[in-house]
Formats: sequence, C-alpha cells, structure tokens
Amino acid sequence: MSDTTRRTAADLAEALATGETTSVALTQAHLDRIAAVDGSAESGVHAFLHVDTEGALAAAVASDERRAAGAPLHALDGVPIAVKDVLTTTGLPTTCGSKILEGWIPPYDATVVARLKAAGLPILGKTNMDEFAMGSSTEHSAYGPTRNPWDLERIPGGSGGGSAAAVAAFEAPLALGTDTGGSIRQPGAVTGTVGVKPTYGGVSRYGLVAMANSLDQVGPVTRTVLDAALLHELIGGHDPRDSTSIDQPLPGLVAAARQGAAGDLTGLRVGVIRELQGEGYQAGVLARFQESLELLTKAGAEVVEVSCPSFVHALATYYLVMPCEASSNLAKFDAMRYGLRVLPEGVDSPSAEEVMRATRDAGFGDEVKRRIILGTYALSSGYYDAYYGTAQRVRTLISRDFEAAFGQVDVLVSPTAPTTAFKLGEKLDDPLAMYLNDLATIPANLAGVPGISLPSGLADEDGLPAGFQVLAPAMADDRLYRVGAALEAALEERWGGPLLDKAPALEGGSK
Amino acid sequence: MPEISRDEVAHLATLARIDLSDAELDHLAPQLSVILESVASISEVAGPDVPPTSHPMPLTNVFREDVVQPSLTAEQALAMAPQAEEQRFAVPRILGDEQ
Repeated sequence: MSDTTRRTAADLAEALATGETTSVALTQAHLDRIAAVDGSAESGVHAFLHVDTEGALAAAVASDERRAAGAPLHALDGVPIAVKDVLTTTGLPTTCGSKILEGWIPPYDATVVARLKAAGLPILGKTNMDEFAMGSSTEHSAYGPTRNPWDLERIPGGSGGGSAAAVAAFEAPLALGTDTGGSIRQPGAVTGTVGVKPTYGGVSRYGLVAMANSLDQVGPVTRTVLDAALLHELIGGHDPRDSTSIDQPLPGLVAAARQGAAGDLTGLRVGVIRELQGEGYQAGVLARFQESLELLTKAGAEVVEVSCPSFVHALATYYLVMPCEASSNLAKFDAMRYGLRVLPEGVDSPSAEEVMRATRDAGFGDEVKRRIILGTYALSSGYYDAYYGTAQRVRTLISRDFEAAFGQVDVLVSPTAPTTAFKLGEKLDDPLAMYLNDLATIPANLAGVPGISLPSGLADEDGLPAGFQVLAPAMADDRLYRVGAALEAALEERWGGPLLDKAPALEGGSK
Repeated sequence: MPEISRDEVAHLATLARIDLSDAELDHLAPQLSVILESVASISEVAGPDVPPTSHPMPLTNVFREDVVQPSLTAEQALAMAPQAEEQRFAVPRILGDEQ
C-alpha cells in the first residue's frame, strides 16, 4: 500500500496546496488500492458497488488544472471521496443496495453530491449498504455483503458498512454515509473509524432516497475527527430544496476540532448515560469506554452520571416509527416510472396492480419486506393509535430526557455499539438480535440531536475495535468535534498512533 | 397487543402490493409476531397527556416565491422508465375488462 492512501484528508489537502502531490496521483493511488483489496461479492472487502475510474480521474485532472491556475474551489478540491449508494448521482448508478433499482441512473444529483462536485472532490464510486439502509451489518445488500477490513469474516456494521469499510481499508480518505438509527455511527464503531450524524436538518436530505424522513440524516465517514469536521462543513448548511433543512449557519466545526485537539476540556461537563451501559454490553467495549472517560477527566472535563429513563424504550419506539415511515416511502417503487418492472408469470395482459405486486416481490429483499409489512400493519385502521400514536408520544418523552440531561451537562456519552463486529451470517435471520446493535445510537435520531462515534480501542476478548459515542444538543454539533478531537488526541498518544495502524494488512494490498 | 396471523400477513401484503409466496408467509408471520411482542412494551409508557412528536424539529410550512425554476426535461424524466411512449410513461392496463 502506498503511503498516500494512509494519509488523512486534511494532510492530503495540505499536500495539494503546497504542490507536493497532484489530485491525479492521489486519486489513482486510491483507485489502485480499490483494485487491490476491494474484490467482489464473493471475496475481499467489497465496499464498493460501482467504481467510477474514468469520472474520478477526469475530475482529478480538472482539479489539478484549477490548482495550477491558482484557483482551487475549496481546501478539499482534488481530495477523492466515496459516496453511499443511497445518494443520487447523475451518470452513476444509484441502487440503494436493492434489485428494484438495479442499473438506475438518477437524472439529478443529491444536494450533498452537488456540493462535493462544486468543491472539486473526485467521486471514486458508490458504496455498499443494507438494502434501502435497513440493517446493521450490510448483509441485507442485494449485491452481497461488505466485509470488515479488521477480519473479513465479520460484518462492517450497517447500513453504511461500505462507506466505513472503504475508509478503514484505505480505499478512500473520505466517504458520505446516512444515519437513520445508527447507520453511520455503528459501522464507525466496528471498523475503528469516525462517523458523525449531524443535527437533524443540518445537512440537506434532497436526493437522499428516504427510509424514514423524520430520522434520516447525511453525514461524514472518515478516519479522523478533523477530517469529519472538514467534510461536515462542506456538505452542511441550509438547502432550499429540503423543507426540513435548518435555515441557520452551522457552528464552526473545524475550529472546534482544532481547539479540541489541543487537549484542554476544562469546565466541560460530560454526562454518562446510565441506561446505555451494563447488561447487553460486551466487557471489552465497556473497559475501553471507562478508559476514555478517564482520559476526558484527565483533560479537565467533569464526568458525571445522568439518567435518561425513557431511553430503554427507544428501540421499541424506533421499530414502530421507522417501519411506518419506510412503508410509506417505499410505496413509490411501483414499477411505473423508473426501476424494475416484472410481469407476473402466466398472466395475460396483467394489470398495473399485478405488475406492482410481482415487481415488489422480486425487487425487495427479506428485511425490506419485513419492515413494509410491519409499517403497513402499524398504520392500518384500528392499530394506528395503539402503535404509531403510542410511539410518537414515547418519542416526546425521549426528547424530554435529552432536554433535561442537557440542562445538567454539555455532552452525553455512551459506547456506540454494545458489541464489537460479529461474524457474517450470525444474526442474519434473527431480526431482533440484529436490531439490538442500534440500542445506543437510536435515541439521537428520535430526538434529532447530533452524535459522533470515534474509536476507543480494541476489546480484550477479540482484538476488535470498539466505539465511543458523544451526543450534543441540536445545532451544537461543534461540541462533538471539540470533545471527539480531544479524546482522539489523548487515545492516539496512548496508542502511539492511529488505531487503524493495528489493523491486519489486507491480501492484495502490501503494507 | 395481538399476535399477527399468517392470514393477516397475507392481507397486509395485499395492502402493500407485494406478492408473497407461501414460504415467505410461513417465514414472516412468526418473525413479525416476535417483533410486535417486543415493541408492545411501550404501550403503557406515555400517558394520554403527552403530546405526540412526528418530527424532531419544530416545523412550519416552508414557502418559496412562485417563480419557474430549472427542472428536468421530458427526456431526462423518461430516460429510466421501464417503458415510454409519446413523451409519456407507458404503464400496464389500469382498468379491468368489465370496467
């Protein structure tokens, strides 16, 4: 592996600015790395569903021309990036990991993709995901699973396992993910990378193929906290094309990351969420979590325990709200205007409804069908109040718990995921066991508050990465970066370098 | 909260416009029951005085000036259609023979 692919995005941006390297050189280095380690559905990391060699190199050439003319578009102009396949990209397939969108090339760019292009970042390709972002392991992709670069027999988390694995395997310095119940943060935790779910409405959802509108949010997937801040500032901010977009400037995220990296958290109040630890959490994950708390204390923070009693109901609330919204959203895949169209067998002149039914059976995978049926049930007459109505009221209680907690502390913390990466196939046909992975990440989505996951170390039992989650009040995303960068600096000092230095070399990619 | 029967799943699949095979119905019905049982725990958590939250941020209607914005051409909109005719989406028949 070339040194280029191991460098951070901030470092690569600096190298481009000083003329030490070119965008073509570093885009090619990442394409070479993808060719060496990504493999296929059957073997290798399989982080990518589509690699756009030609488009990425053309964008890199254009970037180098701008640099040569002294007119870069942005600090990250020329730094390549990978994009989760749930975000629309003109000229590049967007499948959402589903057969129903196989080969679909969208006629428009998602706003976040348009912002990447306007800043000159070459797009390396589209990353694998659980179908329509439904899952915690990327095994529900219709195109085969992504594998964890730490151990190719294990899951990379989900739904954004492709984006997390791509940055963990040094196939891309940056990636975009989306987080509805933890799909950025949980993959970050199990791959030893950084993932941020911004404040709901802080980043545009225009062109994000919706699973659950009131929960979905686009965010950065990176190897360092500073890189996440750089990407977050680039994609964030108001978008008139998303009616839920917040019409306020973002707080200074890069500045907060740089301030945090200096290591002083004096006066900061950190609340440990009592309900998000203990039973169900792996011992090694908890041990790394405790160590991180000690480091925060050492940096001057005051660490206290706070209770958010309604959080124990967050998982159940989520698994009512989300399927309701998903079943409505996925009604648009009706075989009429785009996507797959399957004619039912043995039917002469089938009706539109028969074609819809046959197409949705053939085009959707098991987990998508489960959630559509569940949502249809919970929204049907006679059950609406008992399920959807109840869940919406508990959602209010969860938001109130956050409000009360943030009255006492500046940030809340917990382990990101209860366990390290499990084996592929282990929980594939046990939906409840799979859903438990998102126990600690879901409350933030229900309340709309921002969260970051960063590596806290390796669990003693299995030598696999664990994640540390920081949550902040809505629109206070800067606190995530300040605390995250401070903890990252303290941990890396202890480890003697980034955690990913401890990951095994991948076959095909000589170290 | 009630258990969900195989017949009920078949009915829901009809409402959701998904043809499920017998094998899928056999597989899904017990899984959905388990999921429903686990989410039933929240039924008594919030009293009727707690207002519902449908959205995490307070939202009011968002308007823009009623001026023409750039949009897709007919060709772009139809480019990925399963079937198109005369600048329109071509779809299977919508009405039955008797209608």
